[in-house]
Amino acid sequence: MELDRLAAAEPNPVSIALTVNGVERRLDVPPTVTLLDLLRERLDLTGAKKGCDQGQCGACTVLVNGRRVNACLQLAVMNDGAEITTIEGVGQPDALHPLQEAFIAHDAFQCGYCTPGQICSALGMMSEGHAKTAAEIRELMSGNLCRCGAYGNIVDAIEDVMGRSAFKEAAE
Amino acid sequence: MSNVHPYVGRAKSRVDGPLKVSGLARYAAEFTAPDLAYAAAAPSAIAKGRITSLDVSAALAAPGVIEVLSHENKLAFPEDDEPFKNDMVAVPGSPFRPFRDDRIHYSGQAIALVVADTHENARHAATLVKATYDAETPNVDVAAASHYQPPEPRDGIPPTPEPRGDAAGAFAGAPIKVSADYRVVAEHHNPMELQATTVVWEGDGRLLVHNKTQGVVNPKNYICSVFELDAEKVRFVSPFVGGAFGMALRPHYDVFLAVMASLKLERSIRLVLTRGQMFTMGWRPDCLQTVSFGADAGGRLTSIQHHAIQATSHYEDYQEPIVNWSGFLYDCDNVALKYELGKIDTPTPSDMRAPGATTGVFALECAMDELAYAAQVDPVELRLMNYSDRDKNDDKPFSSKELREAYRLGAERFGWSKRSPEPRSMLEGRELIGYGMATGCWEAMTMPHKARATLTADGKLEVACATADIGTGTYTILAQIGADALGLDIADVTSKVGDTALPMAPVEGGSWAAASAGSAVKDACETLKAELLNHARGIDGSPLANAALDHVVFANGRIALAADPSKAVSFAEILKGAGRDALDADGGYEPDKDFAKTYAGYTHAACFVEVRVDEDLGVVRLARVVSAVAAGKILNPLTARSQILGGVVMGCGMALHEETLWDKTLGRVMNASLGEYHVPAHADIPDIDVIFVDEEDGSNPLGVKGLGEIGIVGTAAAVANAIFHATGKRVRELPITIDKLL
Amino acid sequence: MMNFSYTRAETVADAIAAVAADPGARFIAGGTNLVDLMKYDVMKPERLVDITRLPLREIEATDAGGLRIGALVPNSDLAYDARIQRDYPLLASAILAGASAQLRNAATTGGNLLQRTRCYYFYDVATPCNKREPGSGCAAKTGVNRVNAILGTSEACIATHPSDMCVALAALEASVHVEGPNGPRVVPFAEFHRLPGDAPQNDNTLAHGEMVVAVELPAPRFGRNHTYLKLRDRLSYAFALVSVAAALDMDGDVIVDARIALGGVAHKPWRVTDSEALLKGKPATPDSFGAAADAILSGATGYGGNDFKIELARRAVVRALAQAVAGEPQVQSDKSVN
Repeated sequence: MELDRLAAAEPNPVSIALTVNGVERRLDVPPTVTLLDLLRERLDLTGAKKGCDQGQCGACTVLVNGRRVNACLQLAVMNDGAEITTIEGVGQPDALHPLQEAFIAHDAFQCGYCTPGQICSALGMMSEGHAKTAAEIRELMSGNLCRCGAYGNIVDAIEDVMGRSAFKEAAE
Repeated sequence: MSNVHPYVGRAKSRVDGPLKVSGLARYAAEFTAPDLAYAAAAPSAIAKGRITSLDVSAALAAPGVIEVLSHENKLAFPEDDEPFKNDMVAVPGSPFRPFRDDRIHYSGQAIALVVADTHENARHAATLVKATYDAETPNVDVAAASHYQPPEPRDGIPPTPEPRGDAAGAFAGAPIKVSADYRVVAEHHNPMELQATTVVWEGDGRLLVHNKTQGVVNPKNYICSVFELDAEKVRFVSPFVGGAFGMALRPHYDVFLAVMASLKLERSIRLVLTRGQMFTMGWRPDCLQTVSFGADAGGRLTSIQHHAIQATSHYEDYQEPIVNWSGFLYDCDNVALKYELGKIDTPTPSDMRAPGATTGVFALECAMDELAYAAQVDPVELRLMNYSDRDKNDDKPFSSKELREAYRLGAERFGWSKRSPEPRSMLEGRELIGYGMATGCWEAMTMPHKARATLTADGKLEVACATADIGTGTYTILAQIGADALGLDIADVTSKVGDTALPMAPVEGGSWAAASAGSAVKDACETLKAELLNHARGIDGSPLANAALDHVVFANGRIALAADPSKAVSFAEILKGAGRDALDADGGYEPDKDFAKTYAGYTHAACFVEVRVDEDLGVVRLARVVSAVAAGKILNPLTARSQILGGVVMGCGMALHEETLWDKTLGRVMNASLGEYHVPAHADIPDIDVIFVDEEDGSNPLGVKGLGEIGIVGTAAAVANAIFHATGKRVRELPITIDKLL
Repeated sequence: MMNFSYTRAETVADAIAAVAADPGARFIAGGTNLVDLMKYDVMKPERLVDITRLPLREIEATDAGGLRIGALVPNSDLAYDARIQRDYPLLASAILAGASAQLRNAATTGGNLLQRTRCYYFYDVATPCNKREPGSGCAAKTGVNRVNAILGTSEACIATHPSDMCVALAALEASVHVEGPNGPRVVPFAEFHRLPGDAPQNDNTLAHGEMVVAVELPAPRFGRNHTYLKLRDRLSYAFALVSVAAALDMDGDVIVDARIALGGVAHKPWRVTDSEALLKGKPATPDSFGAAADAILSGATGYGGNDFKIELARRAVVRALAQAVAGEPQVQSDKSVN
């Protein structure tokens, strides 16, 4: 209903279908809408954050078809048919993902604003499988800035989860 | 459950952690309303001059546009300065107000606000606003501005100390002299969250405002003052703040314009600034400094002179305590300090993490390193030799000062003794290794706060204060304090902050929140306990009928006699007996003025850094950092450590990366993005070891001194000193980028 | 961002026809640069033709013993492709030195070639910039030009090309397969990008409506003696101040053949074949590296803020050649330069 109001005001909306956190959504979206703004302003999924809107901070990182990308640089209409996972789909307070738990245990955030992006990015990195050492984690997580300076704790949290064999098996 | 107590002093993961890691914590731009419209600010293309014409016709005709506001059709607001000074963090001068007139004070100043039905339509239409200007030549270089001592001192910061002894004479006669110029360049806070406001129009002039702020009370007071609104009709609610570091102390143009649009259009408005627009408000000002030391042949200071010239805007005299630290951090009887301003065509600077200390102590601590080499004394030894046991600026003893122990523990953990003193004397492969250190210092401040504690019949406690948690862990430490006070499991304690409906708190800054809000919460809990006991004693046949507070124990949801825990009354029974669903108590904290008159209160740190510098290419790599901090009682070592890490990382950024670059002809910030204004990334930051030194302090009931700023102070100097040790190059202008080491 | 219309192309021919027919139309693939530029009104296409559904995602062997990389192969897939890792490690390393993992996942091979300069003035529509707005002037020459070019500049423009991947492609002598309204053509990499001259608005030699469909790598060489060395203002997630792709054929201690390309210094990846010739048949010594570096940087000019790049580039070339000779290429996650 809110969506309709927003969509009706725009010329040439495009009909797309997205699966967001396992739920299929059919939407009419103007081409100017980024995936990030679609999530935040039209689907009320505000977990993915807007920190720069230019692909320069990583706060908006989500998984598109399992790959981590900057949602702020994706036009929503180009993601027709895609499966999107946002932080809300990773785990909720009553059923947190082990990585979310590790972030809490290692105090891997302060203000929390970059955190959803850090977690989604780390999940993407783990499934990519190219980070084996702390130095590689640091390099491959460098697309996620944290102004509170929680970097060391973030790496600890990721290493903690990567080091758990149960998680390794589940990931395979 | 009682074995978990005390929570205070022990690591406790953040109580707001589950919301933050699952994306459910809502920040200012993330509240919605059925009638929400989107605003976008159109920026000025010039830095100085007047708007000669403003054409908004194309913007108004664009799809979805509802209104375009500017100085030509603004909602009226008062002409005089006073209403705009209803801002706890205002500085002397005439506060900036958007749309006041056609005058442009700085590049990027908002010249129009487009309101549209969607974010995309507002963004589009904002680009269609066309202006012509009568441009004047801007100056954004403080070195090219004329300098003056601020006629009106800024409220709330210590004044520049009067000279003592004969610094010039002692310098002239000193066998060892060190004198150098340093420059700390402009920086912007760049918290990850964009500055944003969502105003929910609730009808009948009622506003619910979600604003990125370090304290909801301040922007509420400001907004009510400048728009002459009934305070009863305005509520600010900002439960989460995505980093701020000082930039969200003062109300910014987002809240002003969003409220203006909401009042004018009588509907809900969201205004999110762009990352580029984050460079059109407060910043850490450019500062030119000269530090001169005279010392005896052994390195004992006989003269300290420190002169600083700092940038401010044309409309306000922003000020920081830059040189004050040089008057008390080391023991010296001949001291001359001078602080001046230079006006440039930029927005007024604002406090950024340890304002004054970060800048001034950088110069002071680099100069100490230069003296260490001149006197051929180890840098730690030099600081111990000149250790001050008294604040000679104010001629007061320190309330506590465990800096000696910080030097000792830090040096030991770091392995400072392995340092070979000569520059360029440590090499591994192609990398020169440098060890550097510096002292950090920050004022231990507290502010008046109020708080409330509420116990409900289900045995749950809520502690509340209008302060903010900007990532510092306030939610968690308030819950710890409440849980300890009433002997509850922390899972049964909720803390609430960031709401003007809660008891009053000032802005969250200056590292005072933990001590002040924490003490207020503790006070409220103590009052609540007394009230609970009072009710418990009144219950028919109460086993506590004659018990006094110091004879009972609050634990496991009951009050029990300390001498015989079987004699107890549960909280549920007490509330039932009192015929209440909930009992609450107000509390407060006022700074102890007598204590402050008697003692000088400071936190201290000793920062040790190892750098690796490529001998040909000048590539600097931080290898490790040890920061030993003496800051009184540590409420939560887990979140406390994170605060120090954050300060250290920002100090590393200051040392190596961060610089706001203005085009001097255009007066415009040219690297206004996170792609080109470099804050440290994961790959830049090494292992950081934080040590908390035991320190007892009596300045407030918690013995807390604050941790939000101390981590940054001295860090950049330690990095610069390490780079000198590695390379033999003394870089006195930050940041130390690759070109400065070629 | 200006409003625009959106079309999804199903075939290469349809995409080319759609763009060729409309001067305001542009292709979009990964969008990692274009969407950003559109948000800030630096680029204002009236129509976007989405080419992401086109069948250009394969990496295939060529008859010449090389590889043909579809234009839509994401940067990350290319960098981690087993054939690239084995036979073209210089390319893999250069790609991994650039941007972030997220951006590499979205950005495409063709798009990487077409990314636009990071000159501060190009990005700020309130300032003069001949590349963004021909004839408006170049504020960078006298302004904040720390990141700008020292080689091949013109009166009109001192912008650099920001790609890391392209620096390696230049050194590897890749070629670019283009299709357009007038049919297909193959462009040698050195001729794909151009110097600014008096038309800095043109980053490359593509005509309107022409599309990069593939990048072809010649048969692998330089398997052992190569490196990609990138120097920047932060140790990751930053554009190059100077980067060097070096690749050598060695016979014992003697250099048989050499390729050296520089990034961050010019409007295109900078290669000077004469400098490479200087190394042929020479022993791998610091002197010969220095002579090659001097030849590459011959004629380099600073504009104040970027003067340091001349010396930095010289030293970077010398170090990169030393790394290549030693067979110890820079590892992008290792922040010490070996």
